[in-house]
Amino acid sequence: MINFINVFVNAFPFLMNGLVFTMELALSSIAIGFVIGIIVGISRSYGKRFSYTLSTIFVEVIRGTPLLVQLFIFYFAFPQIGISLSPITASIISFSINSGAYQAEYIRGAIQSVDTGQMKAALSIGMTKWQAIMRIVMPQALIKVIPSWTNEFVYLIKYTSVAYLVGVPELMAEGEFVASRNFEFMNVFLSVAIIYLAIVMIITWGFSRIEKMVRMPGV
Amino acid sequence: MKVLEIKNLKKRYGEKEIIKGISFEMEKGETVVVIGPSGTGKSTMLMCINRLTEPDAGEIYLNGKQITGSKHPEVFRQKIGMVFQEFNLFNHLTVLNNVMIGPMRVKKFSREKAENVAKENLKRVGLELQMHAYPAQLSGGQKQRVGIARALAMEPDLILFDEPTSALDPELVGEVLEVIKKLAKEGMTMLIVTHEIGFAKDVADRIIFMENGEIIEEGIPSVMLNSPSQERTRQFLAKFMEGR
Repeated sequence: MINFINVFVNAFPFLMNGLVFTMELALSSIAIGFVIGIIVGISRSYGKRFSYTLSTIFVEVIRGTPLLVQLFIFYFAFPQIGISLSPITASIISFSINSGAYQAEYIRGAIQSVDTGQMKAALSIGMTKWQAIMRIVMPQALIKVIPSWTNEFVYLIKYTSVAYLVGVPELMAEGEFVASRNFEFMNVFLSVAIIYLAIVMIITWGFSRIEKMVRMPGV
Repeated sequence: MKVLEIKNLKKRYGEKEIIKGISFEMEKGETVVVIGPSGTGKSTMLMCINRLTEPDAGEIYLNGKQITGSKHPEVFRQKIGMVFQEFNLFNHLTVLNNVMIGPMRVKKFSREKAENVAKENLKRVGLELQMHAYPAQLSGGQKQRVGIARALAMEPDLILFDEPTSALDPELVGEVLEVIKKLAKEGMTMLIVTHEIGFAKDVADRIIFMENGEIIEEGIPSVMLNSPSQERTRQFLAKFMEGR
């Protein structure tokens, strides 16, 4: 135990440096993914044939292939067609797209769970379909999507660890770096695990607070 | 002046023809009540009028302007209020916001003006005290009165009522019918689908009896309800009287 605390304390500055990258990856990817998710989720729910087909293909392809393959395509394969991306850019792009596909499905599910009478009523007072979606359906869908969205955020934080494989000095990479020097694999990776766990718990708690704050009777 | 003209309206779902060529007209200030057995296309007809359901054939005119075929049905819907059987209040908005969102977002009134319009109409239905409540906190009767206020706030030329009391507990029906009666007195043009025959008798200038997607008979309440000319109308009314 004493040994673990020693290792933890010594590794801590490195791991915190890594955590900064981890959070940078997770936060920017969840945000960009959210924008993608809303656009694709709406296309999947209300799109005409073209946008529906396009967004469905997007979701199926992204969900049907491993995240690591997607990341390697952006980082290792893109330079062959003349597009070189830094490790962090390639990671953010692939995580955003990946998360966007999953968020789109959560948002689509939430849109479908809003009663169709809401849309009818919105149209009946003269709203355009777009107004009805943005003012009436989406606000209710977004409240309903918070629990699955929390899940997605938690997954994403953990999945950012694969960025280590393209050389982003995030939490996992820093753990590997420290452990390869002091050979305290057990204690270092336990420390890494504890930090991931702590972040995930904070986020889960934070979103359950937000969920309670925005909850309203009947939605 | 004719507020509403319907000419040879038709609608089918797959094999089943729901509306088989309906025509009628409504004058300004008139209250027309549509009665008839369930599943005869009464609600579908209402939905076709503001094109929430797209009719297959026929023409519909509001104040002489054709609704059918227009690329912008929303322009007409602003002038046609609709009150739903299931209320369909916006769940995420307070009562006040439910009523003011139309004037504010569709008519582009300022927030202040929209709020005044909303409050005025909530007063008309007797719910100004509940304006900060959410729909889920109201009784069915209150919800439906908010639904009516929401329609009124758009200052429509015509209001369509789709079985406005069918989802209500019996003791809450009265308060909603009272509001509708008041509007009839004020000269609002209203087309009401209902199963409340007694109410139809009180409020209607004219009653239309519909069955199997067709208008069987229409006329003033005293004649329609006491001495209908068609056998099918008689049978329908007899069943209703028995049920009471």
